[in-house]
Amino acid sequence: MTRKQKRLSVIAGGLGFLAVAVGLTFYALGQKASYFYMPADLANVTLEPGQRIRLGGLVEKGTIVRDQGTEVEFSVTDTERSVKVAYSGILPDLFREEQGVITEGSFGPDGVFVADSVLAKHDENYMPKEVADSLKAKGVWQEETQ
Amino acid sequence: MRRLSDLANPTRFLALVDRVLPWLAGASLVVLAVGLWLGFTAPEDFQQGITVRIMYIHVPFAWLSMFCYSLMAASALGTLVWRHPLADVALKSAAPIGATFTALALATGSIWGKPMWGTWWVWDARLTSVFVLFLMYLGIMALTRALDDPSKSARAAAVITLVGFVNIPIIKFSVDWWNTLHQPASVFRLDGPTIDASMLWPLMVTAVGFTLLFITLHLMAMRTEIWRRRVIAMRQIAARRAERPSAG
Repeated sequence: MTRKQKRLSVIAGGLGFLAVAVGLTFYALGQKASYFYMPADLANVTLEPGQRIRLGGLVEKGTIVRDQGTEVEFSVTDTERSVKVAYSGILPDLFREEQGVITEGSFGPDGVFVADSVLAKHDENYMPKEVADSLKAKGVWQEETQ
Repeated sequence: MRRLSDLANPTRFLALVDRVLPWLAGASLVVLAVGLWLGFTAPEDFQQGITVRIMYIHVPFAWLSMFCYSLMAASALGTLVWRHPLADVALKSAAPIGATFTALALATGSIWGKPMWGTWWVWDARLTSVFVLFLMYLGIMALTRALDDPSKSARAAAVITLVGFVNIPIIKFSVDWWNTLHQPASVFRLDGPTIDASMLWPLMVTAVGFTLLFITLHLMAMRTEIWRRRVIAMRQIAARRAERPSAG
Protein backbone atom coordinates (compact mmCIF):
# COMPACT_ATOMS: atom_id res chain seq x y z
CA MET A 1 0.00 0.00 0.00
CA THR A 2 1.46 3.32 -1.00
CA ARG A 3 1.22 6.33 1.26
CA LYS A 4 -1.44 7.86 -0.99
CA GLN A 5 -3.60 4.74 -0.76
CA LYS A 6 -3.14 4.74 3.00
CA ARG A 7 -4.24 8.36 3.30
CA LEU A 8 -7.19 7.70 1.01
CA SER A 9 -8.33 4.70 3.06
CA VAL A 10 -8.03 6.67 6.33
CA ILE A 11 -10.23 9.41 4.83
CA ALA A 12 -12.71 6.91 3.37
CA GLY A 13 -12.92 5.15 6.74
CA GLY A 14 -13.44 8.45 8.58
CA LEU A 15 -16.14 9.59 6.17
CA GLY A 16 -17.85 6.19 6.31
CA PHE A 17 -17.88 6.36 10.10
CA LEU A 18 -19.29 9.88 9.96
CA ALA A 19 -21.98 8.83 7.46
CA VAL A 20 -23.07 5.95 9.70
CA ALA A 21 -23.20 8.28 12.73
CA VAL A 22 -25.30 10.84 10.86
CA GLY A 23 -27.53 8.09 9.44
CA LEU A 24 -28.18 6.65 12.92
CA THR A 25 -28.93 10.14 14.28
CA PHE A 26 -31.52 10.76 11.58
CA TYR A 27 -32.95 7.27 12.07
CA ALA A 28 -33.41 8.03 15.77
CA LEU A 29 -34.81 11.46 14.98
CA GLY A 30 -37.31 9.95 12.54
CA GLN A 31 -40.21 12.17 11.66
CA LYS A 32 -39.42 14.53 14.56
CA ALA A 33 -37.45 16.56 12.03
CA SER A 34 -40.57 16.96 9.91
CA TYR A 35 -42.04 20.40 9.70
CA PHE A 36 -45.64 19.28 10.10
CA TYR A 37 -47.94 16.35 10.88
CA MET A 38 -50.39 14.98 8.37
CA PRO A 39 -53.86 13.99 9.66
CA ALA A 40 -53.02 10.25 9.60
CA ASP A 41 -49.85 10.90 11.70
CA LEU A 42 -52.00 12.26 14.54
CA ALA A 43 -53.09 8.73 15.50
CA ASN A 44 -49.48 7.96 16.48
CA VAL A 45 -48.77 11.04 18.61
CA THR A 46 -50.11 11.99 22.00
CA LEU A 47 -50.81 15.69 22.28
CA GLU A 48 -51.19 17.65 25.51
CA PRO A 49 -54.38 19.72 25.59
CA GLY A 50 -53.57 23.02 23.91
CA GLN A 51 -50.19 21.85 22.58
CA ARG A 52 -49.18 23.76 19.46
CA ILE A 53 -48.45 21.70 16.36
CA ARG A 54 -48.36 22.18 12.62
CA LEU A 55 -50.87 20.25 10.58
CA GLY A 56 -50.46 19.86 6.83
CA GLY A 57 -52.36 18.29 3.99
CA LEU A 58 -54.75 19.14 1.20
CA VAL A 59 -57.77 21.39 1.57
CA GLU A 60 -60.62 18.92 1.13
CA LYS A 61 -62.95 19.64 -1.77
CA GLY A 62 -66.21 21.32 -0.85
CA THR A 63 -65.33 21.95 2.80
CA ILE A 64 -64.42 25.66 2.65
CA VAL A 65 -66.95 27.68 4.64
CA ARG A 66 -66.42 31.43 4.80
CA ASP A 67 -68.12 33.42 7.56
CA GLN A 68 -68.38 37.17 7.75
CA GLY A 69 -65.06 38.92 7.85
CA THR A 70 -61.91 36.84 7.71
CA GLU A 71 -63.16 33.73 9.48
CA VAL A 72 -62.95 30.56 7.46
CA GLU A 73 -63.38 26.86 8.13
CA PHE A 74 -62.09 24.01 6.01
CA SER A 75 -60.94 20.42 6.34
CA VAL A 76 -57.34 19.31 5.89
CA THR A 77 -57.02 15.80 4.51
CA ASP A 78 -54.33 13.34 3.49
CA THR A 79 -57.01 11.28 1.68
CA GLU A 80 -56.93 8.87 4.64
CA ARG A 81 -58.20 11.03 7.49
CA SER A 82 -59.34 14.63 7.60
CA VAL A 83 -59.32 17.26 10.32
CA LYS A 84 -61.58 20.30 10.59
CA VAL A 85 -59.63 23.57 10.84
CA ALA A 86 -60.87 27.00 11.90
CA TYR A 87 -58.83 30.06 10.96
CA SER A 88 -59.24 33.80 11.08
CA GLY A 89 -56.93 35.93 8.98
CA ILE A 90 -55.61 36.54 5.50
CA LEU A 91 -55.13 33.41 3.41
CA PRO A 92 -52.23 33.04 0.95
CA ASP A 93 -53.00 33.55 -2.75
CA LEU A 94 -52.55 29.87 -3.54
CA PHE A 95 -55.16 28.79 -0.97
CA ARG A 96 -57.99 26.90 -2.64
CA GLU A 97 -59.66 23.50 -2.77
CA GLU A 98 -57.26 20.56 -3.13
CA GLN A 99 -54.26 22.80 -2.55
CA GLY A 100 -51.52 21.80 -0.09
CA VAL A 101 -51.55 23.86 3.11
CA ILE A 102 -49.67 23.89 6.42
CA THR A 103 -51.59 25.27 9.37
CA GLU A 104 -50.24 26.04 12.82
CA GLY A 105 -52.25 26.08 16.02
CA SER A 106 -53.80 23.69 18.52
CA PHE A 107 -56.84 21.50 18.95
CA GLY A 108 -59.82 23.05 20.72
CA PRO A 109 -61.91 21.06 23.21
CA ASP A 110 -64.43 20.27 20.45
CA GLY A 111 -61.79 18.55 18.28
CA VAL A 112 -61.57 21.44 15.80
CA PHE A 113 -58.02 22.53 15.00
CA VAL A 114 -57.80 26.27 15.67
CA ALA A 115 -55.08 27.68 13.43
CA ASP A 116 -53.44 31.08 13.71
CA SER A 117 -51.36 30.75 10.55
CA VAL A 118 -51.97 29.10 7.20
CA LEU A 119 -49.15 28.61 4.68
CA ALA A 120 -49.72 27.39 1.13
CA LYS A 121 -47.62 24.51 -0.13
CA HIS A 122 -47.27 24.02 -3.83
CA ASP A 123 -46.23 20.81 -5.53
CA GLU A 124 -43.28 20.08 -7.80
CA ASN A 125 -45.29 20.31 -11.05
CA TYR A 126 -44.72 23.33 -13.25
CA MET A 127 -46.59 23.83 -16.52
CA PRO A 128 -48.28 26.57 -18.53
CA LYS A 129 -52.00 27.08 -17.94
CA GLU A 130 -52.89 25.76 -21.42
CA VAL A 131 -51.09 22.48 -20.72
CA ALA A 132 -52.86 22.12 -17.36
CA ASP A 133 -56.22 22.82 -19.04
CA SER A 134 -55.62 20.30 -21.81
CA LEU A 135 -54.55 17.67 -19.28
CA LYS A 136 -57.78 18.28 -17.38
CA ALA A 137 -59.80 18.14 -20.60
CA LYS A 138 -58.23 14.80 -21.53
CA GLY A 139 -59.01 13.49 -18.06
CA VAL A 140 -55.40 12.56 -17.26
CA TRP A 141 -55.01 15.26 -14.60
CA GLN A 142 -53.57 13.88 -11.37
CA GLU A 143 -54.33 15.75 -8.20
CA GLU A 144 -51.42 16.07 -5.82
CA THR A 145 -51.46 13.32 -3.25
CA GLN A 146 -48.72 14.37 -0.83
CA MET B 1 -3.90 12.01 -13.82
CA ARG B 2 -1.10 12.97 -16.19
CA ARG B 3 -3.03 16.08 -17.21
CA LEU B 4 -3.76 17.04 -13.60
CA SER B 5 -0.13 16.74 -12.63
CA ASP B 6 0.87 18.89 -15.61
CA LEU B 7 -1.37 21.58 -14.15
CA ALA B 8 0.35 21.25 -10.80
CA ASN B 9 2.85 23.69 -12.22
CA PRO B 10 1.20 27.05 -11.35
CA THR B 11 2.93 28.84 -14.23
CA ARG B 12 1.47 26.42 -16.76
CA PHE B 13 -1.91 26.71 -15.00
CA LEU B 14 -1.80 30.53 -15.15
CA ALA B 15 -0.95 30.42 -18.88
CA LEU B 16 -3.94 28.14 -19.50
CA VAL B 17 -6.24 30.37 -17.42
CA ASP B 18 -5.14 33.47 -19.33
CA ARG B 19 -5.94 31.72 -22.60
CA VAL B 20 -9.43 30.38 -21.69
CA LEU B 21 -10.75 33.20 -19.45
CA PRO B 22 -11.88 35.64 -22.19
CA TRP B 23 -13.78 32.83 -23.97
CA LEU B 24 -15.38 31.60 -20.75
CA ALA B 25 -16.40 35.11 -19.70
CA GLY B 26 -17.86 35.82 -23.14
CA ALA B 27 -19.70 32.49 -23.27
CA SER B 28 -21.24 32.96 -19.82
CA LEU B 29 -22.45 36.47 -20.74
CA VAL B 30 -24.06 35.25 -23.98
CA VAL B 31 -25.64 32.11 -22.45
CA LEU B 32 -26.93 34.07 -19.44
CA ALA B 33 -28.44 36.77 -21.69
CA VAL B 34 -30.18 34.13 -23.82
CA GLY B 35 -31.32 32.22 -20.73
CA LEU B 36 -32.78 35.30 -19.03
CA TRP B 37 -34.54 36.31 -22.25
CA LEU B 38 -36.01 32.79 -22.53
CA GLY B 39 -37.00 32.99 -18.86
CA PHE B 40 -38.85 36.25 -19.35
CA THR B 41 -40.68 34.98 -22.43
CA ALA B 42 -41.48 31.50 -21.02
CA PRO B 43 -45.17 30.81 -20.29
CA GLU B 44 -46.57 31.55 -16.85
CA ASP B 45 -47.26 28.68 -14.46
CA PHE B 46 -50.82 27.37 -14.13
CA GLN B 47 -50.91 27.98 -10.38
CA GLN B 48 -48.06 30.37 -9.57
CA GLY B 49 -48.57 32.77 -12.47
CA ILE B 50 -45.76 35.21 -13.18
CA THR B 51 -44.04 34.53 -9.83
CA VAL B 52 -42.62 31.32 -11.30
CA ARG B 53 -40.01 33.35 -13.22
CA ILE B 54 -37.86 33.67 -10.12
CA MET B 55 -37.26 29.91 -10.55
CA TYR B 56 -34.91 30.66 -13.48
CA ILE B 57 -32.42 32.28 -11.10
CA HIS B 58 -33.29 30.64 -7.76
CA VAL B 59 -32.77 27.05 -8.97
CA PRO B 60 -29.36 27.68 -10.65
CA PHE B 61 -28.16 29.50 -7.50
CA ALA B 62 -29.24 26.55 -5.35
CA TRP B 63 -27.66 23.97 -7.68
CA LEU B 64 -24.39 25.92 -7.81
CA SER B 65 -24.30 26.27 -4.03
CA MET B 66 -24.14 22.46 -3.87
CA PHE B 67 -21.94 22.05 -6.97
CA CYS B 68 -19.38 24.48 -5.53
CA TYR B 69 -19.28 22.59 -2.24
CA SER B 70 -18.81 19.27 -4.07
CA LEU B 71 -15.93 20.81 -6.02
CA MET B 72 -14.40 21.99 -2.73
CA ALA B 73 -14.77 18.48 -1.26
CA ALA B 74 -12.97 17.03 -4.31
CA SER B 75 -10.23 19.66 -3.83
CA ALA B 76 -10.00 18.70 -0.17
CA LEU B 77 -9.27 15.11 -1.23
CA GLY B 78 -6.64 16.51 -3.63
CA THR B 79 -4.99 18.33 -0.74
CA LEU B 80 -5.13 15.49 1.78
CA VAL B 81 -4.39 12.50 -0.47
CA TRP B 82 -2.35 13.70 -3.43
CA ARG B 83 -0.92 16.92 -1.91
CA HIS B 84 -1.77 18.62 -5.19
CA PRO B 85 -0.43 22.19 -4.89
CA LEU B 86 -3.42 23.77 -6.67
CA ALA B 87 -6.08 21.83 -4.73
CA ASP B 88 -5.81 24.15 -1.73
CA VAL B 89 -5.91 27.20 -4.02
CA ALA B 90 -9.07 25.80 -5.64
CA LEU B 91 -10.74 25.13 -2.27
CA LYS B 92 -9.87 28.50 -0.73
CA SER B 93 -10.91 30.58 -3.73
CA ALA B 94 -14.19 28.66 -4.26
CA ALA B 95 -15.49 29.26 -0.73
CA PRO B 96 -16.53 32.96 -1.07
CA ILE B 97 -18.16 32.26 -4.46
CA GLY B 98 -20.09 29.32 -3.00
CA ALA B 99 -21.15 31.43 -0.01
CA THR B 100 -22.44 34.12 -2.39
CA PHE B 101 -24.44 31.65 -4.48
CA THR B 102 -25.89 30.12 -1.28
CA ALA B 103 -26.86 33.54 0.05
CA LEU B 104 -28.48 34.37 -3.30
CA ALA B 105 -30.37 31.05 -3.28
CA LEU B 106 -31.64 31.80 0.26
CA ALA B 107 -32.58 35.39 -0.65
CA THR B 108 -34.38 34.55 -3.91
CA GLY B 109 -36.10 31.62 -2.20
CA SER B 110 -37.31 33.96 0.52
CA ILE B 111 -38.62 36.46 -2.04
CA TRP B 112 -40.39 33.57 -3.81
CA GLY B 113 -41.73 32.13 -0.56
CA LYS B 114 -43.48 35.27 0.64
CA PRO B 115 -46.06 35.50 -2.17
CA MET B 116 -46.46 31.74 -2.76
CA TRP B 117 -46.21 30.14 0.68
CA GLY B 118 -47.19 33.20 2.66
CA THR B 119 -43.95 33.42 4.64
CA TRP B 120 -40.37 34.65 4.14
CA TRP B 121 -38.81 31.85 6.13
CA VAL B 122 -39.62 28.65 8.00
CA TRP B 123 -37.26 26.25 9.76
CA ASP B 124 -38.16 23.21 7.69
CA ALA B 125 -35.54 20.58 6.79
CA ARG B 126 -34.68 21.98 3.34
CA LEU B 127 -34.33 25.63 4.33
CA THR B 128 -32.46 24.78 7.52
CA SER B 129 -29.96 22.46 5.80
CA VAL B 130 -29.20 25.10 3.14
CA PHE B 131 -28.71 27.68 5.91
CA VAL B 132 -26.26 25.24 7.55
CA LEU B 133 -24.44 25.04 4.18
CA PHE B 134 -24.13 28.84 4.21
CA LEU B 135 -22.64 28.72 7.73
CA MET B 136 -20.23 25.97 6.59
CA TYR B 137 -18.99 28.25 3.80
CA LEU B 138 -18.43 31.10 6.26
CA GLY B 139 -16.56 28.77 8.62
CA ILE B 140 -14.31 27.45 5.83
CA MET B 141 -13.61 31.01 4.65
CA ALA B 142 -12.56 31.96 8.16
CA LEU B 143 -10.44 28.83 8.59
CA THR B 144 -8.55 29.24 5.30
CA ARG B 145 -7.50 32.68 6.52
CA ALA B 146 -6.97 31.91 10.20
CA LEU B 147 -3.50 30.37 10.36
CA ASP B 148 -0.20 31.94 9.31
CA ASP B 149 1.16 28.69 7.92
CA PRO B 150 -0.75 28.15 4.63
CA SER B 151 -0.13 24.39 4.55
CA LYS B 152 -1.59 23.99 8.06
CA SER B 153 -4.70 26.02 7.28
CA ALA B 154 -5.04 24.12 3.99
CA ARG B 155 -5.16 20.78 5.86
CA ALA B 156 -7.57 22.08 8.50
CA ALA B 157 -9.90 23.55 5.87
CA ALA B 158 -9.75 20.33 3.82
CA VAL B 159 -10.76 18.19 6.83
CA ILE B 160 -13.65 20.50 7.74
CA THR B 161 -14.80 20.61 4.12
CA LEU B 162 -14.90 16.81 3.92
CA VAL B 163 -16.78 16.55 7.23
CA GLY B 164 -19.31 19.13 6.02
CA PHE B 165 -19.88 17.17 2.82
CA VAL B 166 -22.43 14.98 4.68
CA ASN B 167 -24.73 17.99 4.45
CA ILE B 168 -24.95 17.81 0.63
CA PRO B 169 -27.02 14.58 0.42
CA ILE B 170 -29.05 15.85 3.38
CA ILE B 171 -29.97 18.99 1.42
CA LYS B 172 -30.81 16.97 -1.69
CA PHE B 173 -32.99 14.38 0.06
CA SER B 174 -34.41 16.54 2.90
CA VAL B 175 -37.60 17.06 0.89
CA ASP B 176 -38.07 13.28 0.51
CA TRP B 177 -37.10 12.18 4.02
CA TRP B 178 -39.24 14.64 5.97
CA ASN B 179 -42.42 16.65 5.52
CA THR B 180 -41.24 20.08 4.44
CA LEU B 181 -42.84 23.29 3.24
CA HIS B 182 -40.46 23.21 0.27
CA GLN B 183 -41.79 21.04 -2.55
CA PRO B 184 -39.90 17.89 -3.69
CA ALA B 185 -37.38 17.92 -6.56
CA SER B 186 -38.74 18.82 -9.99
CA VAL B 187 -35.77 18.14 -12.28
CA PHE B 188 -33.37 15.55 -10.86
CA ARG B 189 -35.79 12.76 -9.95
CA LEU B 190 -35.99 9.11 -10.91
CA ASP B 191 -39.22 9.36 -12.90
CA GLY B 192 -38.06 12.36 -14.95
CA PRO B 193 -38.67 16.10 -14.63
CA THR B 194 -42.09 17.39 -13.61
CA ILE B 195 -41.55 20.74 -15.33
CA ASP B 196 -43.15 21.25 -18.72
CA ALA B 197 -40.56 21.40 -21.52
CA SER B 198 -41.47 25.02 -22.31
CA MET B 199 -40.28 26.00 -18.81
CA LEU B 200 -37.52 23.41 -18.42
CA TRP B 201 -35.49 24.67 -21.40
CA PRO B 202 -35.07 28.26 -20.15
CA LEU B 203 -34.08 26.82 -16.75
CA MET B 204 -31.43 24.57 -18.32
CA VAL B 205 -29.98 27.49 -20.32
CA THR B 206 -29.75 29.80 -17.30
CA ALA B 207 -28.26 26.92 -15.29
CA VAL B 208 -25.53 26.43 -17.91
CA GLY B 209 -24.98 30.22 -18.01
CA PHE B 210 -24.56 30.54 -14.25
CA THR B 211 -22.29 27.46 -14.23
CA LEU B 212 -20.05 29.09 -16.86
CA LEU B 213 -20.08 32.27 -14.76
CA PHE B 214 -19.09 30.22 -11.72
CA ILE B 215 -16.16 28.62 -13.58
CA THR B 216 -15.05 32.04 -14.84
CA LEU B 217 -15.16 33.58 -11.36
CA HIS B 218 -13.46 30.57 -9.81
CA LEU B 219 -10.55 30.60 -12.28
CA MET B 220 -10.13 34.36 -11.75
CA ALA B 221 -10.12 33.87 -7.98
CA MET B 222 -7.58 31.02 -8.28
CA ARG B 223 -5.33 33.22 -10.44
CA THR B 224 -5.53 36.02 -7.86
CA GLU B 225 -4.71 33.59 -5.04
CA ILE B 226 -1.63 32.23 -6.89
CA TRP B 227 -0.42 35.80 -7.50
CA ARG B 228 -1.07 36.65 -3.84
CA ARG B 229 1.05 33.69 -2.68
CA ARG B 230 3.83 34.68 -5.07
CA VAL B 231 3.85 38.23 -3.74
CA ILE B 232 4.07 36.92 -0.18
CA ALA B 233 6.92 34.57 -1.13
CA MET B 234 8.81 37.39 -2.89
CA ARG B 235 8.36 39.69 0.09
CA GLN B 236 9.78 37.01 2.37
CA ILE B 237 12.81 36.56 0.11
CA ALA B 238 13.31 40.33 -0.03
CA ALA B 239 13.03 40.61 3.74
CA ARG B 240 15.57 37.82 4.23
CA ARG B 241 17.97 39.56 1.88
CA ALA B 242 17.48 42.87 3.67
CA GLU B 243 18.38 41.22 6.99
CA ARG B 244 21.71 40.01 5.60
CA PRO B 245 22.92 42.81 3.35
CA SER B 246 26.40 41.27 3.05
CA ALA B 247 24.98 38.03 1.63
CA GLY B 248 23.19 39.89 -1.18
